[in-house]
Amino acid sequence: MELLFFYLVALVAVLSGILVITCKSPINSAISLVMTFFCLAIFYVMLHAPFMAAIQIMVYAGAIIVLIIFVIMLLNLGTAVQARTSHCIAWGSVVGALMMLLAMTFLKGGETTTVQGEITKEVVAQVGHTELIGQAMFTNFLLPFEIASILLLVAIVGAVVLTKREV
Amino acid sequence: MFTVTVHHYLVVSAILFSLGTIGVLTRRNAIVVFMCIELMLNGVNLSFIALSHFLGNMDGQVFVFFVMTVAAAEAAVGLALMIAFFKHKESIDVEDFNLLKW
Amino acid sequence: MYDKLWLIPFFPLLGCLINGLLGKKIKNEKIIGGIGTLAMVSSFVLSCKYFFQLLGDTVKTHEVVVASWMTVGQLQVDWGFMFDPLTAVMLLVVTGVGSLIHLYSIGYMHGEEGFYRYFAYLNLFAFSMLMLVTGSNALVMFVGWEGVGLCSYLLIGYYFHKKSASDAAKKAFVVNRVGDFGFLIGLFVLYWTLGSHGVWTVNFLEIGKNAHLLGMGSTVVTLVTLCFFLGATGKSAQIPLYTWLPDAMEGPTPVSALIHAATMVTAGVYMIGRMNPLFALSPDTMMVIAVVGGVTALFSASIGLAQNDIKRVLAYSTVSQLGYMFLAMGVGAFTAGIFHLMTHAFFKACLFLGSGSVIHAMHHAYHHAHLHDDPQDMRNMGGLRKKMPITFLTFLVSTIAIAGIPGFSGFFSKDEILWWSFASTRGHVALWVLGACAAGMTAFYMFRLVFMTFFGEQRTHAKAKDHVHESPLVITIPLMVLGLLAVVGGYIGIPHVIGNLVGHIPNYFGDFLAPVFAPTQELYHISAHGTAAAEFGLMGVSVGIALCGIFLAYIMYIKNPALPGKFVASFTGLWRAVFNKWYVDELYDALVVNPTKKIGTFCWKGFDVRVVDGVVNGIGKLINVFSNALRYTQTGFAHNYAMTMALGVVAILAFYVFR
Repeated sequence: MELLFFYLVALVAVLSGILVITCKSPINSAISLVMTFFCLAIFYVMLHAPFMAAIQIMVYAGAIIVLIIFVIMLLNLGTAVQARTSHCIAWGSVVGALMMLLAMTFLKGGETTTVQGEITKEVVAQVGHTELIGQAMFTNFLLPFEIASILLLVAIVGAVVLTKREV
Repeated sequence: MFTVTVHHYLVVSAILFSLGTIGVLTRRNAIVVFMCIELMLNGVNLSFIALSHFLGNMDGQVFVFFVMTVAAAEAAVGLALMIAFFKHKESIDVEDFNLLKW
Repeated sequence: MYDKLWLIPFFPLLGCLINGLLGKKIKNEKIIGGIGTLAMVSSFVLSCKYFFQLLGDTVKTHEVVVASWMTVGQLQVDWGFMFDPLTAVMLLVVTGVGSLIHLYSIGYMHGEEGFYRYFAYLNLFAFSMLMLVTGSNALVMFVGWEGVGLCSYLLIGYYFHKKSASDAAKKAFVVNRVGDFGFLIGLFVLYWTLGSHGVWTVNFLEIGKNAHLLGMGSTVVTLVTLCFFLGATGKSAQIPLYTWLPDAMEGPTPVSALIHAATMVTAGVYMIGRMNPLFALSPDTMMVIAVVGGVTALFSASIGLAQNDIKRVLAYSTVSQLGYMFLAMGVGAFTAGIFHLMTHAFFKACLFLGSGSVIHAMHHAYHHAHLHDDPQDMRNMGGLRKKMPITFLTFLVSTIAIAGIPGFSGFFSKDEILWWSFASTRGHVALWVLGACAAGMTAFYMFRLVFMTFFGEQRTHAKAKDHVHESPLVITIPLMVLGLLAVVGGYIGIPHVIGNLVGHIPNYFGDFLAPVFAPTQELYHISAHGTAAAEFGLMGVSVGIALCGIFLAYIMYIKNPALPGKFVASFTGLWRAVFNKWYVDELYDALVVNPTKKIGTFCWKGFDVRVVDGVVNGIGKLINVFSNALRYTQTGFAHNYAMTMALGVVAILAFYVFR
């Protein structure tokens, strides 16, 4: 039952992914991308990571995609940009397909490890998923967390400066 | 036999990543290229969380958190760049991004 | 006590910095000249203070360490300064004469382009010279030693747009480098040999204390002292390296007076005096020094006989007088050498400044008359006695002093040298003969100079004749002071025989310098022995020779002006050789300069252009070819780079899969 559900979601995710790269209109691509993000959020729930699912929806579907759509509408692009020459598309597809093939081969050759960490379903249910992430983030990953905050600040300032001035 | 294993998730992740790559390499619209990069990032995120779950380790999820942070920053700066470029050249075609020459 | 000693060289450095950095903005000649002169006068005042302090002191040698310079292995080198009677004398001479010449320069250089540059260089020179004489170790001395060489170069080439001036500057620099090379080699050898005896030092006091470790008359000590002497011949213009000094007269005249007569060229003499315990160890080197000094004295005096350029005569005279000093050093008469150094500084500076005054006047006269005659050629002068009375009087006094007429300063110092060269345990009659002949020639050419310049009828161009005037006060005051010193300067060092005769007047100068030289002279039994009668006899002979020279000059240039022409006609070959300076420059050109140039040209055109440049250019071209090929990979399109990256990822993946 779970497997069936997984296949269904995976199918939707992959199909919408294909749509992202094939749609002529960037708006359609963006909508398809939202679809993929939703599918991934479902996967996260299936993987007992509800907090990450929520973040996925909020940050990606809520913030980034809105931003992208906003820019598309701001620039009023439509389908103005032409498609690439066919050999470009062919080469790009070949490289991408090759990458996929190699990744699959790599995965097929791999074996599942028997290592099991301390975070089991029970622990997640007992302590709570969000608390576990919080503990990890504010102890072991405190420094990267602070650096990430500085990165965001710099990004904000950079975005303002870039759009304000004539480049 | 009929349970979902880590392999399943990793395969989906690989497919999404490759689709993103193809998009980056084949599309001319900079915004679509940008969205394809987000797709690639999400493919990686999926493998992080899947492995985190099956290994019983929280680090993967924290890492995804940071990836999202970087993606948000990238969205802000990348889109700002695009607007600036559009102001300058009236275009966001990647084939016009040819100033890195020589 | 003497802890502000470093201020003495510091004042001129400050003056140099102010004038060098801000002089272009100041523009006002009086302020610039004032700063430069004030810096020198400050040093002079401080030197005087320390000099009187030293007179009342029982300990005569003081060392002041300002800071540590470097510590390498066993060697500790400080920015150390020392003050002893020898340094005191040198300081007083350098700062005293230097102050007067700075003052004189304000008048002489008036209106010259780059006035501030001149004063900056002059102060820099004073700084270097004071470092040279106050430095307590050989490395600090070497800083000054190189500094004065550099300033000499800069000041000789002051009129650098004149090719002859820049050539002369280059020549002086290169010839000095040869000497510096000797100095450095000597220092290295000394350092290592002393080190092998367990004394790693370059400090003069330490060297003096431990010199005996090297052994009396040993090969190594002879080698070291000969190397140092080579350095001295370069700086002090002795055979074989004297050729730069006459050419150095291309610089402004006050520079010739300060650097190429009074101070810098005496650095070699000072250096030998400073290292007297070392030099005394090698009788062979002492003999070489004495012979070179004596021969130089005679040789350059002979060249001076036939020169017509007023400054060139003085230049050869300087070389000759320096030869006397080295003669004194070589026979162990260190005190007499330094004494002659001092009196020479007075009368030679006065002579040079006097000639400068004459040149100044002639130049202005020609300028007024719009003529382009040579203002330095004595054949255009004559009869200036009445036009320039002060210059004439001071010039005459100094000439009498240099000729060695009793009662004037030159007499006392020169006769003490001649007496020592005759009677010293390291002297020889032949050395005395050399010195006496040179004294006769000196008297002749100096009075020839005076007679041609100041006596007889004026041979100046008719148009310029009436424009010749006495120089302003700023020029004549230094002349008067130096002229006075040229007369009385000798009385501080009256020889014992004369002192005994008149009534037990001690030789103040000798007693003052005794702490520096007497220990060495006692240790190695260097002294002059002889009866008072012999000394008086020799004195009489040398004075007689000098008087003969003066008389000869009087006959040839006043009484019978046609005589020189006849003389030249009957001894054409000899005269031409003397007039052309014995063809020494030509000889050096043929033996050293041209072969060196040829080697240089070969290295340039054969080796450098073909091999070195070929390799360098070849590598450059190769890179160019490769880059031209690689340029096509840099399309500038972002997606091409993305594609390359993706291919890279595929390759890495492939590596992991098919490993």
